[in-house]
Amino acid sequence: MTAVATRPPRSSPRKRRKPRSRQGRETLLLMLPALVPVLLFSVGPLLYGIGLAFTNARFGRNRVTEFVGLENFVDLFADSAFWSSFRIGLIWAVSVTGLQFLLSLGLALLLNQNLRFRGVARVLAVVPWAMPPVVIGLMWRLVYHPDAGILNSMLGTDIDWLQNFSLALPAIIVVGIWSGMPQTTVVLLAGLQNVPKELYEAVEVDGAGTWRRFWNITLPQLRPVIVAITSLDFIWNINQFGLVYVLTQGGPGGQTRLPMLFAYEEAFRNGFYGYAASLGVAIVIVVLAVLGVYLWRQMREAS
Amino acid sequence: MKQLLKYVALLAYVFFLAFPLVWLLSTALKTPQEMAGLHPTWIPERPTLDNFAAAFGEQDLVGAAARSMVVAIASAVLTVVVALPAAYAMARYRGAVSRVATGWVLVSQVFPFILIIIPLFMVLRNLDLVNTLPGLIIVHVTFTLPFALWMLQGYVRAVPRELEEAASVDGAGRIRSIVSVVAPLLAPGVVATLLFSFISSWNEFLFALVVLKDPDVMTLPLTLVRFTGPEGVSRLGPLAAASLMATIPSLIFFAIIQRRLRSGLMAGAVKG
Repeated sequence: MTAVATRPPRSSPRKRRKPRSRQGRETLLLMLPALVPVLLFSVGPLLYGIGLAFTNARFGRNRVTEFVGLENFVDLFADSAFWSSFRIGLIWAVSVTGLQFLLSLGLALLLNQNLRFRGVARVLAVVPWAMPPVVIGLMWRLVYHPDAGILNSMLGTDIDWLQNFSLALPAIIVVGIWSGMPQTTVVLLAGLQNVPKELYEAVEVDGAGTWRRFWNITLPQLRPVIVAITSLDFIWNINQFGLVYVLTQGGPGGQTRLPMLFAYEEAFRNGFYGYAASLGVAIVIVVLAVLGVYLWRQMREAS
Repeated sequence: MKQLLKYVALLAYVFFLAFPLVWLLSTALKTPQEMAGLHPTWIPERPTLDNFAAAFGEQDLVGAAARSMVVAIASAVLTVVVALPAAYAMARYRGAVSRVATGWVLVSQVFPFILIIIPLFMVLRNLDLVNTLPGLIIVHVTFTLPFALWMLQGYVRAVPRELEEAASVDGAGRIRSIVSVVAPLLAPGVVATLLFSFISSWNEFLFALVVLKDPDVMTLPLTLVRFTGPEGVSRLGPLAAASLMATIPSLIFFAIIQRRLRSGLMAGAVKG
């Protein structure tokens, strides 16, 4: 879900300040109920998980877990299955994020205008958001079904979409776009509605056309929203699991095995905990390399 | 002309968004004979509710829905109970602790779940909580907590500090002023957060997949996926019916929260 930082209005300094230590104690006390589960079940495991990436941890009680340094990463880089999954993950994340953005922007621009039926379209545009990801996956399996599916019937084809070597990835990309469009559209629509009307009126006097208005006002004004939502979409997409697990389980022949599916298989089917963890770390590094600057700015603004 | 083009585009979008849903509904209403027919039809020739009955008839589906309900309610309540004081502290006191908490909320969005789920699985195994609903509830609370914290502290911020101060000037104690002044104003925010946490847990798949192994403890998403075995076309109808029913809680949630979602939360969240 979205957690784009919002800058809170600076509150006026309080008149009667409590002694610092007491305030600190009070804060800590209030935070304690949340802090304990977060430390025990979230921060702790996360740090432990990062640590595991440097060990040979495996499933099984009698195995000794040893520190192996960068061995997992060396293996990872030599593993053609990893590179294949990494490549598929990038194709998936970039095309879903990019196409979803373009389509959502188009839809948001349309919904922002005075068109008939836009109420219906707005409601419809939100519906996929309300559906459990598993149901979305199952629903699209019904659409893609080789015999009973509607897609073959509409196109007059006879294709097993999700089992076809070259079509499976494009097929799941379409589902990814479908399931993510509502959120992106709503965010962009909210952004559009925050563009001051006066800006348009000002250029209207100069006789600027639709395109000039779009390029010179709408896009620059939307920029922060666009950066935020595409970054988050990219992170969610590269970490996607459930939707694709339900659709193809990574098949056919690994053609849709996204990095998280690869990691899941390594950890919970093959029992290579350490190896799977190193894959998680590798993905974090990629995400941070792509989005580091943006995230850093958000962190600073939020605090 | 230009207007026409816009309507064509809008129509194309509506079609893209709607056709899978229409197909799901259509499949849910079909007889097995019609489904096995050569040419799939949009509108069922003899619409039937048999598939819904069949889905209900499957003992494990009803059981799975009940378990999902228990897990989702428990997770939502626990999340809010744990998050509320912390959110209050985050919103009211600026200090190192709240800064770290804010940082954590953001960081938690970036890390792939796989990095948390492997060690968490090991922890749960040591506590003998694998394959149990309490184990899954713990996991769900941890994973909804960051965003719930974020939502709640936003709602606390929206309550003017002056109200609290006024109450304490009137002689109310600190606790008293929080309970009688802040709490009522926070109620809608708490409800929204409860609903959000409920839906997150209701929809969640990966953690449930890792934590729950036995069919008789599985939640609804897991059980739905089990429907897709090699049984073929005959099971598609009940599967569609069950999928539709699994969506109902989320639809209710969105019907309630929709307006706030569009204007408040999202708009505020991206003003940057």
